[in-house]
Amino acid sequence: MTSSAILPAKGLADRLTAVFWRHPRVLLAILLTPPLLWLGVVYLGSLAALLLQSFYSIDEFSGVVKQEVTLKTYAELLRPSNFDILVRTVTMAAAVTFACAVLAFPIAYYAARYAKGHWKAAFYLGVMLPLWSSYLVKVYAWKLILAKEGIIGWAAERTHTSWIIEGLLSIPGLEGSSLSTSPLGTFMVFCYIWLPYMILPMQAALERVPNSMLEASADLGATRAQTFRTVILPLALPGVIAGSIFTFSLTLGDYIIPQIIGNSANFIGMAVYQLQGTAGNIPLAAAFAVVPILIMLVYLTIARRMGAFDAL
Amino acid sequence: MTAAVEFRNVSRHFGNVKAVDDVDLTIAEGSFFAMLGPSGSGKTTCLRLISGFEKPTGGAIRIFGEDVSSTPPHLRNVNTVFQDYALFPHLNVRDNVAYGLMVKGMGRAARHAKAEEMLALVKLDAYGDRKPAQLSGGQRQRVALARALVNEPRVLLLDEPLGALDLKLREAMQDELKALQHKLGLTFVFVTHDQHEALSMADSLAVFNEGRIAQIGTPQDIYDRPATRFVADFVGSSNVLPPDLTRALGGPAEWASLRPEATRLAASGPVMGPVTALRYLGSGTRVVLELQGTEVAALVPAGQPVPAEGTTAAIAFDKGALHLMGAV
Repeated sequence: MTSSAILPAKGLADRLTAVFWRHPRVLLAILLTPPLLWLGVVYLGSLAALLLQSFYSIDEFSGVVKQEVTLKTYAELLRPSNFDILVRTVTMAAAVTFACAVLAFPIAYYAARYAKGHWKAAFYLGVMLPLWSSYLVKVYAWKLILAKEGIIGWAAERTHTSWIIEGLLSIPGLEGSSLSTSPLGTFMVFCYIWLPYMILPMQAALERVPNSMLEASADLGATRAQTFRTVILPLALPGVIAGSIFTFSLTLGDYIIPQIIGNSANFIGMAVYQLQGTAGNIPLAAAFAVVPILIMLVYLTIARRMGAFDAL
Repeated sequence: MTAAVEFRNVSRHFGNVKAVDDVDLTIAEGSFFAMLGPSGSGKTTCLRLISGFEKPTGGAIRIFGEDVSSTPPHLRNVNTVFQDYALFPHLNVRDNVAYGLMVKGMGRAARHAKAEEMLALVKLDAYGDRKPAQLSGGQRQRVALARALVNEPRVLLLDEPLGALDLKLREAMQDELKALQHKLGLTFVFVTHDQHEALSMADSLAVFNEGRIAQIGTPQDIYDRPATRFVADFVGSSNVLPPDLTRALGGPAEWASLRPEATRLAASGPVMGPVTALRYLGSGTRVVLELQGTEVAALVPAGQPVPAEGTTAAIAFDKGALHLMGAV
């Protein structure tokens, strides 16, 4: 039996595959155009519009946006009442990020190095499950947990440890009638809500560190603490940075948690919400919204300079 | 002579799996000792028992006479060259080599000087500033070696260190490792599943099978006088004769081994069989006969006539070449 060296094209699929084989970039272009349009026009476009708005200013008397480029709006950010908001938000975001990193590490380490089979499934479920329920439900649940009559207050009263909570609530800056009206409560809820976003990238990074590397460190005479500092931490750092990008930027932009929990002090997200809504001051809202972007750029530049991505 | 490493009735069980089962072992100081066996035979677990990454379920391990049962890895004066080298990707070559000195608290200048010394020893002087990812497999292997030697261990453990290298590089590294061991006078314990590597490099070796040592001895002992069928099979190239065939060829009814080099072809004999395979080796031809269902190889030196495939032949050998052994 003889057969031709070239098989006949059977249908459209065969012919299309042939076209893509002859022009590999055609397929790439077809696949990439829709997401690039979405990302480039809709997303980056609106970001550019935002940036442009922040250079406009508002007429104090008429409340009309003046479409002239000026730095006046940015100067307004530096007014004490506005600058306080920036400092408060960045401090909170930094504290939440640090706390999340500390809380997440043991969990991520256990999941990456020890959990197998069912335990691994239980880990993923445990970390992901809170993400399945509504964000608002979780925040309101926390309001009840943290309230004076809530379970924490109740447990503290029964164990005669209410003085610990009262002590914490009398620290300057953390004052409140209960945890749910103190910045401490805001901090705790932020930590809870964003923790999965720190655990998952951390776990992925730790999973890539081969066991033999830890053994090599011990073999060469390193104590556990030295191995942690000189091997595990540098190798897990890209994951920690990835997680901190989530926790940091999510905290910077959130406007619901500080509204429901805490002492109603303004955060960047709340300021943006109020300025673009009730106050109608779009330029100042835009200027506020640019701040987190700048902070993240600075943060990533510093992380890169410090060699956080060398192990990638 | 002091024993560098001593196992007394050492076992390591993982649940029902007896990875290492009641092993007795003495490794002489300054020797090049190989642990040979198929994967899962317990050789790597034995190495990890010496380095401290595994704890024995039973028995005693002594390193230079000292019981190390309760000594963690970082306090044992032995170092390991890992199978995957386990170089730290975020450190350059110099800092990798100096790592052991850094964790001991040696100053930067002193440890870098010592690291350069070790890099010179493995002929990688100019590579200190590179990252491990920028090196070839053979170079990484040398860095791992330098890093393990920088602490001046009393025993160097090597876990299949040449497994990832190509043949030519592997042979070159075998010579270099051997030379290095002579130069330093250190005890090397080497794990491999490659019988040629074990036979050509070791002063003495242990053949592992299913968690136990099947035989321990010099390469000549193991090759010429395998203690069991398993050793003869695994160390390879020797013919393994079942009892019936041994008796038919004029020996007692026991399992026996017969080296192809000691086997000649004959026109007639008590057992005849067809030639089933020929393999030209350059220095000679390996001729395989099928005798009573068993394949028996004979080595025909270059220049002598080689029978064609399919023809019938017999074998002949000196009585002394037949080595009797246990059935296990």
